[in-house]
Amino acid sequence: MIVSWMWLHCTSLGLLTIFFEIKKTAFLGAGKPPMFGDYEAQRHWQEITFNLPVRQWYFNTSDNNLQYWGLDYPPLTAYHSLLCAYVAEFINPDWIALHTSRGYESQAHKLFMRATVFIADVLIYIPAVILYCCCLKETSTKRKITNVLCILLYPGLILIDYGHFQNIYNSVSLGFALWGVLGVSCDWDLLGSLAFCLAVNYKQMELYHSLPFFCFLLGKCFKKGLKGKGFVLLIKLACTVVASFLLCWLPFFAEREQTLQVLRRLFPVDRGLFEDKVANIWCSFNVFLKIKDILPRHSQVIISFCFTFLSLLPACIKLTLQPSPKGFRFTLVSCALSFFLFSFQVHEKSILLVSLPVCLVLNEIPFISTWFLLVSTFSMLPLLLKDELLMPSVVTVMAFFIACATSFSIFEKISEEELRLQSFSVSVRKYLPCFTFLPRIIQHLFLISVVAIVLLTLMTVTLDPPGELPDLFSVLVCFVSCLHFLFFLVYFNIVIMWDRRNGRNQKKIN
Amino acid sequence: MAALGFATGGGSWFSALALGVTLLKCLLIPTYHSTDFEVHRNWLAITHSLPVSQWYYEATSEWTLDYPPFFAWFEYVLSHVAKYFDQEMLNIHNLNYCSSRTLLFQRFSVIFTDALFVYAVHECCKCIDGKKSSKELTEKPKFILSVLLLWNFGLLIVDHIHFQYNGFLFGLMLLSIARLFQKRHLEGAFLFAVLLHFKHIYLYVAPAYGVYLLRSYCFTANKPEPTASSLFTTLPFQERALPCILGSKFLGFVQCFGQSAVHHRLLSVGKAGDASIFLILTTTGHYSLFPLLFTAPELPVKILLMLLFTIYSISSLKTLFRKEKPLFNWMETFYLLGLGPLEVCCEFIFPFTSWKLKYPFIPLLLTSVYCAVGITYAWFKLYISVLTDPLVLKTKKQ
Repeated sequence: MIVSWMWLHCTSLGLLTIFFEIKKTAFLGAGKPPMFGDYEAQRHWQEITFNLPVRQWYFNTSDNNLQYWGLDYPPLTAYHSLLCAYVAEFINPDWIALHTSRGYESQAHKLFMRATVFIADVLIYIPAVILYCCCLKETSTKRKITNVLCILLYPGLILIDYGHFQNIYNSVSLGFALWGVLGVSCDWDLLGSLAFCLAVNYKQMELYHSLPFFCFLLGKCFKKGLKGKGFVLLIKLACTVVASFLLCWLPFFAEREQTLQVLRRLFPVDRGLFEDKVANIWCSFNVFLKIKDILPRHSQVIISFCFTFLSLLPACIKLTLQPSPKGFRFTLVSCALSFFLFSFQVHEKSILLVSLPVCLVLNEIPFISTWFLLVSTFSMLPLLLKDELLMPSVVTVMAFFIACATSFSIFEKISEEELRLQSFSVSVRKYLPCFTFLPRIIQHLFLISVVAIVLLTLMTVTLDPPGELPDLFSVLVCFVSCLHFLFFLVYFNIVIMWDRRNGRNQKKIN
Repeated sequence: MAALGFATGGGSWFSALALGVTLLKCLLIPTYHSTDFEVHRNWLAITHSLPVSQWYYEATSEWTLDYPPFFAWFEYVLSHVAKYFDQEMLNIHNLNYCSSRTLLFQRFSVIFTDALFVYAVHECCKCIDGKKSSKELTEKPKFILSVLLLWNFGLLIVDHIHFQYNGFLFGLMLLSIARLFQKRHLEGAFLFAVLLHFKHIYLYVAPAYGVYLLRSYCFTANKPEPTASSLFTTLPFQERALPCILGSKFLGFVQCFGQSAVHHRLLSVGKAGDASIFLILTTTGHYSLFPLLFTAPELPVKILLMLLFTIYSISSLKTLFRKEKPLFNWMETFYLLGLGPLEVCCEFIFPFTSWKLKYPFIPLLLTSVYCAVGITYAWFKLYISVLTDPLVLKTKKQ
């Protein structure tokens, strides 16, 4: 047992080392005005929250120019920036001096910013992952440790948090969400909802996960009976949620205008159906039909709303009627994926919200999960290349792939049962007795997918796009990733809908 | 799919270890590098642009060629690959030239030549007797030895950050040692001779080789089988340790420490007593390398890597020898734990004190002296273990 814990320490330390070694291959030169980039946004938030009073944080004032990296995350991010600012002030006040510290870049400051990400990881995300894997049932200690290793090695999160420095601390919100998942799965519903509320108040993108949480907890209340314990639980949950929101938003509830302004910053409805290239339906569809230009703004909102909710409704209804931790995890995946594919103003980094639940089901369906996680990293390729993170991307993707392949023996787990497609195949075989080829099709699809990904990566890196189509490769990457994600959406929904609650029925079929 | 499954699963833990550390080395490419980078770039330029007769006379740069001819030929071969990366680095007048392609080429050359080291480790593992070990993979001596050698902290930071070519040189040495174990004495001797012509610092271990070969190859009547311990106990430790201690600031002596640590790695999986000597030597030796990487971005990397390696070596060797007496006594434990506060003082507290301007060398001095104590102590312990071992054997026979 002690040896296992030593192993855990070693692997964790090894991973933390990797986190610090993700560096851009470009040398540290002068910053690039006017927007500088890199972690300038986060540094600026520290400057704003430290030097200005709370009521000015989200407003456009003479001291706070919202066009220059204005704060657009909920209050908890602002408080975290304030905390970091206090530490920064202790080490070197020049880092956060009002106005004069714009574009400040130095080795020491970069180390400080990395350290803040690292500490946030160590305090919030990593313990959640370790605790989650420790609570896994029917797995050996060694398997739990390798599970931790694989989840922590997920390239997407490492590259975004430690490489693409413009948008860091994703591990904080994902960590809180994971604590939430842990809490509600282990029947500590109040703590779980509190944790999830903190996650939502840290980054509003966590709302992608809110529906499964809501349906799961509602389902639990129904199960306990709405006339008795269930009702009590419902009230308690409602109070917890309201209280946590109140606590986070307290300074901003003083005036109605404050609250509205924060909401306007969090949900910029004016920005359109999608920005830049992202691997979702609208961007891919835009290749064939320029819907962004054809449809008026409000129609775009309505259409995306409808598609999103239609695609996630079946899984959520099933979760409400049959709440189970396993169903909860899978519904998290399918919901987040539906939001990613069909929602409004989605960014490439939002795929991380889908990747976290997929990491949670890694030990249940290792083959599909590993495949998904690799594709999710690939979908961010244009972003990573823009940040000159090619080498770290290749290295971490290979490390992740090797870790998963050796720990889970993924290429041996491709039977119908392993892919959780047994009930589905059985149902289809009632009408089509020859439907036995599903695993083989999936294997072939995997091979084609790997070839496509490798080819596209090579092309994007080595070739120059033709003059009249400068975005050719980015669009191709997004399009191919979108096709993959559609496949995964269908797959996960099939797994959810055809899942029997116990293994009983499956044994009868055998 | 089945073929892929076989390749990734099964008994390929060694490949996974080798591949994993190679990936880590790739991540270290953009880190700090020392003047050694310019040294090797200059040697590439000299061997590529000038005729052989000029190689040891050329002095445009201060970093003149000061390694034996085989290393010069090695650089010559490398330079023919280098010209496809960046022709400019081969110009001897391009002092301190460091384009991104040059960096990429140099780093990859180190990573690539490490393949010899990987092969040598593989050969050494074949010589380890694992009959008494447990079934658990992570408790097998072969596995532990592979990790301690392949993922060696010292080699990683000296070769892949600071920039040197020790990996493949150690590989040559390990390979020659492995051949000696496998009774292929002539091959072993040949490999060692080749190694001497790559880097003359290995002269330090030449007497040991000489004595061993005389004993086990030339005059072999009625003598017991050579064991791992007997080979290494004839190594002239005193000739290496003293320069290490006195000159730990200088890279050359760092290399000689690295050598002795590699030897002890092989020792360490044999006996518990040797394991503790190895651990003390390695930990203090690795810590003494810290001043080599003094830049801010490398700080977390060196601390985390060192912690990782140290925790792993202590825990794995403790598990391997859990049935024998504990590895450290209270004094040794205290000494090793003292490295932590020492690092905190030197790296975090000292820069904020007033002494930093007046006496900037204090952290270096403290590090050197503290590590010197540990290395000397390990040396004494090793000598005692060498001198008492044959006596134990004799008394057992009687």
